[in-house]
Amino acid sequence: MTARTAAPAATTEFAAIEAALATLSARAPATLAPATLVAVGLADEYVAMPSPIGDVFVAWNGRGVSMVAGATEAAEFEARFRDDVGRPIRPAAEVAPRLRRALERRLAGDRRAALPLDLRHRTEFERAVWAKALEIPRGEVRPYGWIAAEIGRPKAVRAVGSALGHNPVPLVVPCHRVVRSDGMIGQYSLGGPENKRAILAAEGLDPDGLESLARAGVRFIGSDTTGIYCLPTCHNAKRITDRHRVPFRSAAQSVAAGYRACRECRPQSAAVA
Amino acid sequence: MDLHATPPTSTSSDSALAAALAADLDTTFERLVVEQQDRLYTIALRMLGDARDAEEAAQDAFVRAYRALAGYGAERTRELRLRGWLTTILLNVCRNRVRRPGPALLAIDRRGPGDEPAASDHLASTDVGGSPHDAALRREAAVRWARLVTALPPLYRAAVVLRHVDGLSYAEMSVALGKPEGTLKAQVHRGIVMLRAAAEPFEDLDTPRAARTNVQEMTA
Repeated sequence: MTARTAAPAATTEFAAIEAALATLSARAPATLAPATLVAVGLADEYVAMPSPIGDVFVAWNGRGVSMVAGATEAAEFEARFRDDVGRPIRPAAEVAPRLRRALERRLAGDRRAALPLDLRHRTEFERAVWAKALEIPRGEVRPYGWIAAEIGRPKAVRAVGSALGHNPVPLVVPCHRVVRSDGMIGQYSLGGPENKRAILAAEGLDPDGLESLARAGVRFIGSDTTGIYCLPTCHNAKRITDRHRVPFRSAAQSVAAGYRACRECRPQSAAVA
Repeated sequence: MDLHATPPTSTSSDSALAAALAADLDTTFERLVVEQQDRLYTIALRMLGDARDAEEAAQDAFVRAYRALAGYGAERTRELRLRGWLTTILLNVCRNRVRRPGPALLAIDRRGPGDEPAASDHLASTDVGGSPHDAALRREAAVRWARLVTALPPLYRAAVVLRHVDGLSYAEMSVALGKPEGTLKAQVHRGIVMLRAAAEPFEDLDTPRAARTNVQEMTA
Protein backbone atom coordinates (compact mmCIF):
# COMPACT_ATOMS: atom_id res chain seq x y z
CA MET A 1 0.00 0.00 0.00
CA THR A 2 2.94 2.34 0.22
CA ALA A 3 4.19 4.40 -2.68
CA ARG A 4 7.19 2.07 -2.89
CA THR A 5 5.24 -1.08 -3.69
CA ALA A 6 2.92 0.74 -6.12
CA ALA A 7 5.61 2.72 -7.96
CA PRO A 8 5.96 3.97 -10.56
CA ALA A 9 2.39 3.97 -11.92
CA ALA A 10 0.85 4.82 -8.55
CA THR A 11 3.27 7.68 -8.10
CA THR A 12 2.02 9.22 -11.34
CA GLU A 13 -1.55 8.66 -10.33
CA PHE A 14 -1.08 10.04 -6.83
CA ALA A 15 0.57 13.08 -8.34
CA ALA A 16 -2.47 13.58 -10.57
CA ILE A 17 -4.82 13.32 -7.59
CA GLU A 18 -2.68 15.75 -5.60
CA ALA A 19 -2.69 18.15 -8.53
CA ALA A 20 -6.48 17.93 -8.64
CA LEU A 21 -6.68 18.58 -4.90
CA ALA A 22 -4.46 21.63 -5.26
CA THR A 23 -7.14 23.22 -7.47
CA LEU A 24 -9.68 23.05 -4.67
CA SER A 25 -8.71 26.26 -2.89
CA ALA A 26 -11.60 28.68 -2.75
CA ARG A 27 -11.93 32.40 -2.17
CA ALA A 28 -13.74 33.52 0.93
CA PRO A 29 -17.06 35.25 0.15
CA ALA A 30 -16.81 39.04 0.25
CA THR A 31 -19.13 39.07 3.26
CA LEU A 32 -16.82 37.04 5.53
CA ALA A 33 -14.28 39.69 6.59
CA PRO A 34 -16.78 42.53 7.23
CA ALA A 35 -19.12 40.22 9.17
CA THR A 36 -16.18 38.90 11.21
CA LEU A 37 -15.05 42.41 12.16
CA VAL A 38 -18.59 43.28 13.25
CA ALA A 39 -18.83 40.04 15.24
CA VAL A 40 -15.68 40.81 17.27
CA GLY A 41 -16.65 44.46 17.74
CA LEU A 42 -14.09 46.12 15.46
CA ALA A 43 -16.78 47.47 13.12
CA ASP A 44 -20.46 48.25 13.48
CA GLU A 45 -23.69 48.07 11.53
CA TYR A 46 -26.72 50.31 11.83
CA VAL A 47 -30.34 50.56 10.86
CA ALA A 48 -33.17 53.09 11.25
CA MET A 49 -35.82 52.08 13.79
CA PRO A 50 -39.08 53.69 14.91
CA SER A 51 -39.19 55.30 18.37
CA PRO A 52 -41.59 57.54 20.33
CA ILE A 53 -39.86 60.57 18.75
CA GLY A 54 -39.74 59.25 15.20
CA ASP A 55 -37.04 57.22 13.48
CA VAL A 56 -33.66 56.89 15.16
CA PHE A 57 -30.46 55.24 13.96
CA VAL A 58 -29.27 52.29 16.02
CA ALA A 59 -25.72 50.93 15.68
CA TRP A 60 -24.41 47.65 17.09
CA ASN A 61 -21.66 45.05 16.83
CA GLY A 62 -21.17 41.56 18.22
CA ARG A 63 -20.63 42.95 21.73
CA GLY A 64 -23.81 44.97 21.90
CA VAL A 65 -25.66 48.14 20.92
CA SER A 66 -23.12 50.94 20.53
CA MET A 67 -25.05 54.06 19.54
CA VAL A 68 -28.55 55.50 19.21
CA ALA A 69 -28.97 58.88 17.53
CA GLY A 70 -31.65 60.94 15.85
CA ALA A 71 -32.16 59.95 12.24
CA THR A 72 -31.25 62.88 10.05
CA GLU A 73 -28.98 61.93 7.19
CA ALA A 74 -27.34 58.49 7.11
CA ALA A 75 -24.03 60.07 6.05
CA GLU A 76 -24.20 62.48 8.99
CA PHE A 77 -24.83 59.65 11.42
CA GLU A 78 -21.96 57.61 9.98
CA ALA A 79 -19.60 60.58 10.25
CA ARG A 80 -20.65 61.20 13.84
CA PHE A 81 -20.19 57.53 14.70
CA ARG A 82 -16.68 57.44 13.24
CA ASP A 83 -15.77 60.63 15.12
CA ASP A 84 -17.19 59.51 18.45
CA VAL A 85 -16.36 55.82 18.38
CA GLY A 86 -13.53 55.59 15.87
CA ARG A 87 -14.72 52.39 14.21
CA PRO A 88 -15.91 51.73 10.65
CA ILE A 89 -19.68 51.56 10.25
CA ARG A 90 -21.98 50.46 7.43
CA PRO A 91 -25.73 50.02 6.96
CA ALA A 92 -26.90 46.56 7.99
CA ALA A 93 -27.99 44.37 5.09
CA GLU A 94 -30.62 42.93 7.39
CA VAL A 95 -31.46 42.75 11.07
CA ALA A 96 -31.90 39.36 12.70
CA PRO A 97 -35.57 39.09 13.83
CA ARG A 98 -34.66 38.55 17.49
CA LEU A 99 -32.44 41.63 17.55
CA ARG A 100 -35.14 43.69 15.83
CA ARG A 101 -37.76 42.63 18.38
CA ALA A 102 -35.44 43.39 21.32
CA LEU A 103 -34.58 46.79 19.86
CA GLU A 104 -38.22 47.66 19.23
CA ARG A 105 -39.11 46.83 22.82
CA ARG A 106 -36.19 48.76 24.29
CA LEU A 107 -36.82 51.81 22.12
CA ALA A 108 -40.43 51.72 23.30
CA GLY A 109 -39.16 51.89 26.89
CA ASP A 110 -39.44 48.23 27.89
CA ARG A 111 -36.22 47.67 29.83
CA ARG A 112 -36.99 43.98 30.42
CA ALA A 113 -36.04 43.05 26.85
CA ALA A 114 -32.48 41.71 27.15
CA LEU A 115 -30.08 43.64 24.96
CA PRO A 116 -26.31 43.70 25.43
CA LEU A 117 -24.66 47.12 25.27
CA ASP A 118 -21.19 47.90 23.99
CA LEU A 119 -19.91 50.57 26.36
CA ARG A 120 -16.18 50.01 25.92
CA HIS A 121 -13.90 53.02 26.39
CA ARG A 122 -16.42 54.69 28.70
CA THR A 123 -15.53 55.51 32.26
CA GLU A 124 -16.46 53.40 35.25
CA PHE A 125 -18.47 56.37 36.57
CA GLU A 126 -20.44 56.78 33.32
CA ARG A 127 -21.26 53.09 33.24
CA ALA A 128 -22.44 53.22 36.87
CA VAL A 129 -24.71 56.19 36.05
CA TRP A 130 -26.18 54.47 32.99
CA ALA A 131 -26.68 51.17 34.84
CA LYS A 132 -28.56 53.06 37.55
CA ALA A 133 -30.73 54.88 34.97
CA LEU A 134 -31.66 51.44 33.66
CA GLU A 135 -33.22 50.64 37.03
CA ILE A 136 -35.83 53.38 36.68
CA PRO A 137 -39.12 51.78 35.61
CA ARG A 138 -41.08 52.96 32.57
CA GLY A 139 -43.47 55.79 33.48
CA GLU A 140 -41.33 56.98 36.41
CA VAL A 141 -38.61 59.61 36.82
CA ARG A 142 -35.79 60.22 39.32
CA PRO A 143 -33.76 63.38 39.96
CA TYR A 144 -30.05 63.61 39.08
CA GLY A 145 -29.26 63.73 42.78
CA TRP A 146 -31.01 60.40 43.28
CA ILE A 147 -28.64 58.72 40.78
CA ALA A 148 -25.63 60.38 42.42
CA ALA A 149 -26.65 59.17 45.90
CA GLU A 150 -27.54 55.68 44.65
CA ILE A 151 -24.13 55.12 43.05
CA GLY A 152 -22.41 56.33 46.21
CA ARG A 153 -21.28 59.70 44.82
CA PRO A 154 -23.83 62.05 46.43
CA LYS A 155 -21.80 65.17 45.59
CA ALA A 156 -21.34 64.29 41.92
CA VAL A 157 -24.74 65.60 40.77
CA ARG A 158 -23.30 67.69 37.95
CA ALA A 159 -21.10 64.83 36.78
CA VAL A 160 -24.21 62.63 36.71
CA GLY A 161 -25.93 65.19 34.48
CA SER A 162 -22.90 65.26 32.22
CA ALA A 163 -22.68 61.43 32.04
CA LEU A 164 -26.37 61.27 31.10
CA GLY A 165 -25.78 63.94 28.46
CA HIS A 166 -23.08 61.69 26.98
CA ASN A 167 -25.23 58.56 27.02
CA PRO A 168 -24.37 56.95 23.65
CA VAL A 169 -27.53 54.85 23.66
CA PRO A 170 -30.46 57.15 24.63
CA LEU A 171 -33.87 55.43 24.79
CA VAL A 172 -32.11 52.07 25.19
CA VAL A 173 -30.60 53.42 28.42
CA PRO A 174 -33.49 55.66 29.58
CA CYS A 175 -31.64 58.83 30.52
CA HIS A 176 -34.90 60.65 29.70
CA ARG A 177 -36.20 59.28 33.03
CA VAL A 178 -33.75 61.43 34.97
CA VAL A 179 -34.97 64.95 35.71
CA ARG A 180 -33.64 68.05 37.42
CA SER A 181 -33.29 67.89 41.18
CA ASP A 182 -35.95 70.61 41.53
CA GLY A 183 -38.39 68.33 39.73
CA MET A 184 -38.38 70.19 36.40
CA ILE A 185 -37.99 67.98 33.29
CA GLY A 186 -34.67 69.48 32.18
CA GLN A 187 -32.36 69.01 29.22
CA TYR A 188 -32.13 66.07 26.87
CA SER A 189 -29.31 65.04 24.55
CA LEU A 190 -31.47 63.36 21.92
CA GLY A 191 -32.99 66.39 20.23
CA GLY A 192 -33.68 68.63 23.22
CA PRO A 193 -36.25 68.98 26.05
CA GLU A 194 -39.31 68.73 23.80
CA ASN A 195 -38.28 65.19 22.88
CA LYS A 196 -37.78 64.34 26.54
CA ARG A 197 -41.34 65.47 27.30
CA ALA A 198 -42.67 63.53 24.31
CA ILE A 199 -40.95 60.31 25.39
CA LEU A 200 -42.12 60.66 28.99
CA ALA A 201 -45.67 61.34 27.75
CA ALA A 202 -45.45 58.22 25.55
CA GLU A 203 -44.51 56.29 28.70
CA GLY A 204 -47.67 57.46 30.43
CA LEU A 205 -46.36 60.43 32.44
CA ASP A 206 -47.83 63.94 32.43
CA PRO A 207 -44.79 66.25 32.12
CA ASP A 208 -46.85 69.42 32.67
CA GLY A 209 -48.47 67.96 35.78
CA LEU A 210 -45.04 66.96 37.09
CA GLU A 211 -43.66 70.44 36.56
CA SER A 212 -46.59 72.18 38.21
CA LEU A 213 -46.11 69.88 41.23
CA ALA A 214 -42.41 70.84 41.21
CA ARG A 215 -43.24 74.55 40.97
CA ALA A 216 -45.52 74.13 43.97
CA GLY A 217 -42.46 72.83 45.84
CA VAL A 218 -43.79 69.27 46.22
CA ARG A 219 -40.94 66.70 46.03
CA PHE A 220 -42.46 63.75 47.82
CA ILE A 221 -45.89 62.20 48.30
CA GLY A 222 -46.85 60.28 51.42
CA SER A 223 -49.78 58.01 52.18
CA ASP A 224 -51.47 58.63 55.52
CA THR A 225 -52.77 55.05 55.53
CA THR A 226 -49.37 53.34 55.16
CA GLY A 227 -47.15 56.05 56.64
CA ILE A 228 -44.77 55.65 53.67
CA TYR A 229 -43.44 58.49 51.49
CA CYS A 230 -42.39 58.18 47.84
CA LEU A 231 -41.07 60.12 44.89
CA PRO A 232 -44.15 61.50 43.05
CA THR A 233 -43.89 59.18 40.03
CA CYS A 234 -43.24 55.97 42.02
CA HIS A 235 -45.88 53.41 41.13
CA ASN A 236 -46.67 53.11 44.85
CA ALA A 237 -47.32 56.89 45.04
CA LYS A 238 -49.62 56.73 42.01
CA ARG A 239 -51.84 54.23 43.83
CA ILE A 240 -52.49 56.59 46.74
CA THR A 241 -56.03 57.98 46.47
CA ASP A 242 -56.43 61.77 46.56
CA ARG A 243 -57.96 61.70 50.02
CA HIS A 244 -54.86 60.00 51.49
CA ARG A 245 -52.14 61.85 49.54
CA VAL A 246 -49.88 63.97 51.73
CA PRO A 247 -47.46 66.31 49.90
CA PHE A 248 -44.00 66.93 51.37
CA ARG A 249 -41.42 69.58 50.43
CA SER A 250 -38.46 67.59 51.78
CA ALA A 251 -37.48 64.17 53.03
CA ALA A 252 -36.77 65.69 56.45
CA GLN A 253 -40.34 66.98 56.59
CA SER A 254 -41.68 63.48 55.78
CA VAL A 255 -39.51 61.87 58.44
CA ALA A 256 -40.50 64.52 60.99
CA ALA A 257 -44.12 63.68 60.23
CA GLY A 258 -43.40 60.05 61.12
CA TYR A 259 -43.24 58.64 57.58
CA ARG A 260 -40.71 56.08 56.39
CA ALA A 261 -39.14 55.91 52.93
CA CYS A 262 -40.59 53.64 50.23
CA ARG A 263 -38.27 50.68 49.68
CA GLU A 264 -38.80 50.70 45.93
CA CYS A 265 -38.22 54.33 44.88
CA ARG A 266 -35.90 55.06 47.84
CA PRO A 267 -36.88 58.77 48.07
CA GLN A 268 -34.23 59.44 50.72
CA SER A 269 -31.65 59.18 47.88
CA ALA A 270 -33.22 62.34 46.42
CA ALA A 271 -33.06 64.17 49.77
CA VAL A 272 -29.94 66.12 48.78
CA ALA A 273 -31.18 68.78 46.41
CA MET B 1 5.18 15.17 -5.42
CA ASP B 2 5.07 18.46 -3.52
CA LEU B 3 2.87 20.36 -5.95
CA HIS B 4 1.41 22.78 -3.45
CA ALA B 5 4.41 23.51 -1.30
CA THR B 6 4.16 26.10 1.42
CA PRO B 7 5.74 29.32 0.16
CA PRO B 8 9.02 29.89 2.00
CA THR B 9 7.88 33.36 3.14
CA SER B 10 4.83 32.09 5.02
CA THR B 11 6.61 31.37 8.28
CA SER B 12 8.41 34.71 8.44
CA SER B 13 5.31 36.75 7.53
CA ASP B 14 3.45 34.61 10.08
CA SER B 15 5.78 35.70 12.86
CA ALA B 16 5.70 39.34 11.70
CA LEU B 17 1.92 39.23 11.92
CA ALA B 18 2.09 37.56 15.33
CA ALA B 19 4.39 40.34 16.52
CA ALA B 20 1.99 42.98 15.19
CA LEU B 21 -0.95 41.24 16.91
CA ALA B 22 1.01 41.16 20.15
CA ALA B 23 1.68 44.89 19.85
CA ASP B 24 -1.89 45.94 18.99
CA LEU B 25 -4.60 43.34 18.56
CA ASP B 26 -7.42 45.67 17.50
CA THR B 27 -5.59 47.46 14.70
CA THR B 28 -3.93 44.26 13.40
CA PHE B 29 -6.79 41.80 13.59
CA GLU B 30 -8.29 42.88 10.26
CA ARG B 31 -4.99 42.05 8.57
CA LEU B 32 -5.10 38.57 10.08
CA VAL B 33 -8.64 38.09 8.75
CA VAL B 34 -7.76 39.38 5.28
CA GLU B 35 -4.62 37.25 5.05
CA GLN B 36 -6.11 34.05 6.43
CA GLN B 37 -9.75 34.14 5.31
CA ASP B 38 -9.29 32.25 2.02
CA ARG B 39 -7.37 29.48 3.79
CA LEU B 40 -9.85 29.07 6.62
CA TYR B 41 -12.82 29.29 4.29
CA THR B 42 -11.29 26.71 1.95
CA ILE B 43 -10.55 24.25 4.74
CA ALA B 44 -14.04 24.72 6.19
CA LEU B 45 -15.63 24.34 2.76
CA ARG B 46 -13.78 21.10 2.08
CA MET B 47 -14.42 19.77 5.59
CA LEU B 48 -18.12 20.67 5.66
CA GLY B 49 -19.03 20.62 1.98
CA ASP B 50 -21.42 23.57 2.19
CA ALA B 51 -20.62 27.20 1.35
CA ARG B 52 -22.84 28.76 3.98
CA ASP B 53 -21.73 26.40 6.75
CA ALA B 54 -18.13 27.09 5.73
CA GLU B 55 -18.57 30.85 5.97
CA GLU B 56 -20.14 30.54 9.41
CA ALA B 57 -17.42 28.18 10.61
CA ALA B 58 -14.66 30.46 9.33
CA GLN B 59 -16.25 33.47 11.03
CA ASP B 60 -16.72 31.49 14.23
CA ALA B 61 -13.05 30.46 14.16
CA PHE B 62 -11.91 34.08 13.72
CA VAL B 63 -14.14 35.22 16.59
CA ARG B 64 -12.69 32.50 18.84
CA ALA B 65 -9.18 33.46 17.76
CA TYR B 66 -9.86 37.12 18.57
CA ARG B 67 -11.18 36.27 22.03
CA ALA B 68 -8.22 34.01 22.72
CA LEU B 69 -5.75 36.67 21.55
CA ALA B 70 -7.48 39.28 23.71
CA GLY B 71 -6.72 37.08 26.71
CA TYR B 72 -3.12 36.20 25.77
CA GLY B 73 -0.14 38.21 26.91
CA ALA B 74 2.10 39.80 24.29
CA GLU B 75 4.74 37.13 24.83
CA ARG B 76 2.36 34.25 24.16
CA THR B 77 0.89 35.94 21.07
CA ARG B 78 4.34 36.61 19.62
CA GLU B 79 5.24 32.94 19.96
CA LEU B 80 2.14 31.70 18.13
CA ARG B 81 2.51 29.84 14.87
CA LEU B 82 -0.55 31.51 13.47
CA ARG B 83 -1.39 29.31 10.49
CA GLY B 84 -1.29 26.10 12.51
CA TRP B 85 -3.01 27.71 15.51
CA LEU B 86 -5.89 29.11 13.42
CA THR B 87 -6.23 25.76 11.68
CA THR B 88 -6.60 24.00 15.04
CA ILE B 89 -9.35 26.42 16.05
CA LEU B 90 -11.15 26.02 12.72
CA LEU B 91 -11.02 22.22 12.81
CA ASN B 92 -12.46 22.29 16.33
CA VAL B 93 -15.28 24.54 15.12
CA CYS B 94 -15.96 22.19 12.18
CA ARG B 95 -15.88 19.16 14.48
CA ASN B 96 -18.23 20.69 17.04
CA ARG B 97 -20.63 22.04 14.50
CA VAL B 98 -24.05 20.72 15.19
CA ARG B 99 -27.31 22.16 13.96
CA ARG B 100 -27.80 25.09 16.26
CA PRO B 101 -31.27 25.89 17.60
CA GLY B 102 -31.07 29.52 16.48
CA PRO B 103 -28.67 32.38 15.95
CA ALA B 104 -27.39 34.42 18.90
CA LEU B 105 -29.12 37.76 19.46
CA LEU B 106 -26.39 39.74 17.78
CA ALA B 107 -25.45 37.15 15.16
CA ILE B 108 -24.68 38.81 11.88
CA ASP B 109 -26.84 37.30 9.19
CA ARG B 110 -24.94 37.64 5.99
CA ARG B 111 -27.28 36.37 3.32
CA GLY B 112 -30.92 35.74 2.84
CA PRO B 113 -32.09 32.21 2.11
CA GLY B 114 -32.06 31.08 -1.49
CA ASP B 115 -29.04 33.01 -2.69
CA GLU B 116 -26.31 30.67 -1.53
CA PRO B 117 -23.61 30.24 -4.09
CA ALA B 118 -22.76 26.70 -5.16
CA ALA B 119 -19.52 25.46 -3.63
CA SER B 120 -17.89 25.74 -7.04
CA ASP B 121 -18.66 29.47 -7.36
CA HIS B 122 -15.82 30.37 -5.09
CA LEU B 123 -13.20 28.15 -6.68
CA ALA B 124 -10.11 30.28 -6.91
CA SER B 125 -7.81 28.27 -9.09
CA THR B 126 -10.04 26.79 -11.78
CA ASP B 127 -10.07 29.95 -13.88
CA VAL B 128 -6.63 29.59 -15.41
CA GLY B 129 -7.29 30.35 -19.06
CA GLY B 130 -7.99 27.98 -21.92
CA SER B 131 -11.27 27.69 -23.81
CA PRO B 132 -14.59 28.09 -22.02
CA HIS B 133 -15.05 24.36 -22.62
CA ASP B 134 -11.78 23.57 -20.83
CA ALA B 135 -12.76 25.85 -17.99
CA ALA B 136 -16.12 24.13 -17.70
CA LEU B 137 -14.44 20.73 -17.64
CA ARG B 138 -11.99 21.85 -14.98
CA ARG B 139 -14.82 23.25 -12.90
CA GLU B 140 -16.75 20.02 -13.25
CA ALA B 141 -13.71 18.00 -12.23
CA ALA B 142 -13.10 20.26 -9.25
CA VAL B 143 -16.69 19.91 -8.06
CA ARG B 144 -16.37 16.15 -8.31
CA TRP B 145 -13.08 16.06 -6.41
CA ALA B 146 -14.56 18.35 -3.78
CA ARG B 147 -17.42 15.89 -3.27
CA LEU B 148 -15.02 12.97 -3.00
CA VAL B 149 -12.94 14.82 -0.42
CA THR B 150 -16.00 15.70 1.65
CA ALA B 151 -17.03 12.02 1.58
CA LEU B 152 -13.73 10.89 3.18
CA PRO B 153 -13.86 9.90 6.87
CA PRO B 154 -13.07 13.05 8.94
CA LEU B 155 -9.63 11.89 10.07
CA TYR B 156 -8.36 11.40 6.50
CA ARG B 157 -10.34 14.33 5.16
CA ALA B 158 -8.58 16.73 7.53
CA ALA B 159 -5.17 15.29 6.69
CA VAL B 160 -5.72 15.41 2.92
CA VAL B 161 -7.27 18.90 2.97
CA LEU B 162 -4.54 20.42 5.12
CA ARG B 163 -1.73 18.83 3.14
CA HIS B 164 -2.92 19.04 -0.44
CA VAL B 165 -5.71 21.62 -0.63
CA ASP B 166 -4.31 24.10 1.88
CA GLY B 167 -0.67 23.18 1.36
CA LEU B 168 0.47 23.10 4.99
CA SER B 169 3.83 21.50 5.63
CA TYR B 170 3.87 18.35 7.76
CA ALA B 171 5.53 20.39 10.51
CA GLU B 172 2.63 22.89 10.48
CA MET B 173 0.10 20.05 10.30
CA SER B 174 1.73 18.49 13.31
CA VAL B 175 1.12 21.76 15.20
CA ALA B 176 -2.45 22.04 13.93
CA LEU B 177 -3.49 18.46 14.60
CA GLY B 178 -1.22 17.67 17.54
CA LYS B 179 0.04 14.46 15.98
CA PRO B 180 3.50 13.27 14.91
CA GLU B 181 4.45 13.93 11.30
CA GLY B 182 4.80 10.22 10.60
CA THR B 183 1.21 9.55 11.64
CA LEU B 184 0.01 12.42 9.47
CA LYS B 185 1.97 11.23 6.45
CA ALA B 186 0.32 7.83 6.82
CA GLN B 187 -3.13 9.46 7.11
CA VAL B 188 -2.58 11.61 4.03
CA HIS B 189 -1.41 8.60 2.08
CA ARG B 190 -4.37 6.54 3.21
CA GLY B 191 -6.69 9.42 2.28
CA ILE B 192 -5.25 9.62 -1.22
CA VAL B 193 -5.63 5.86 -1.64
CA MET B 194 -9.27 6.16 -0.58
CA LEU B 195 -9.81 9.03 -3.01
CA ARG B 196 -8.36 6.99 -5.81
CA ALA B 197 -10.67 4.10 -5.01
CA ALA B 198 -13.66 6.42 -4.79
CA ALA B 199 -12.75 8.12 -8.08
CA GLU B 200 -12.80 4.78 -9.93
CA PRO B 201 -16.32 5.08 -11.37
CA PHE B 202 -15.38 8.27 -13.22
CA GLU B 203 -14.10 7.73 -16.72
CA ASP B 204 -12.30 11.01 -17.23
CA LEU B 205 -9.71 10.87 -14.46
CA ASP B 206 -6.64 12.75 -15.58
CA THR B 207 -4.69 9.55 -15.32
CA PRO B 208 -4.02 6.97 -18.03
CA ARG B 209 -6.49 4.15 -17.75
CA ALA B 210 -3.83 1.47 -18.05
CA ALA B 211 -1.80 2.89 -15.21
CA ARG B 212 -4.80 2.86 -12.93
CA THR B 213 -5.66 -0.75 -13.76
CA ASN B 214 -2.07 -1.63 -13.16
CA VAL B 215 -2.09 -0.03 -9.72
CA GLN B 216 -5.31 -1.79 -8.80
CA GLU B 217 -3.78 -5.13 -9.57
CA MET B 218 -0.74 -4.36 -7.56
CA THR B 219 -2.61 -3.15 -4.51
CA ALA B 220 -5.47 -5.63 -4.61
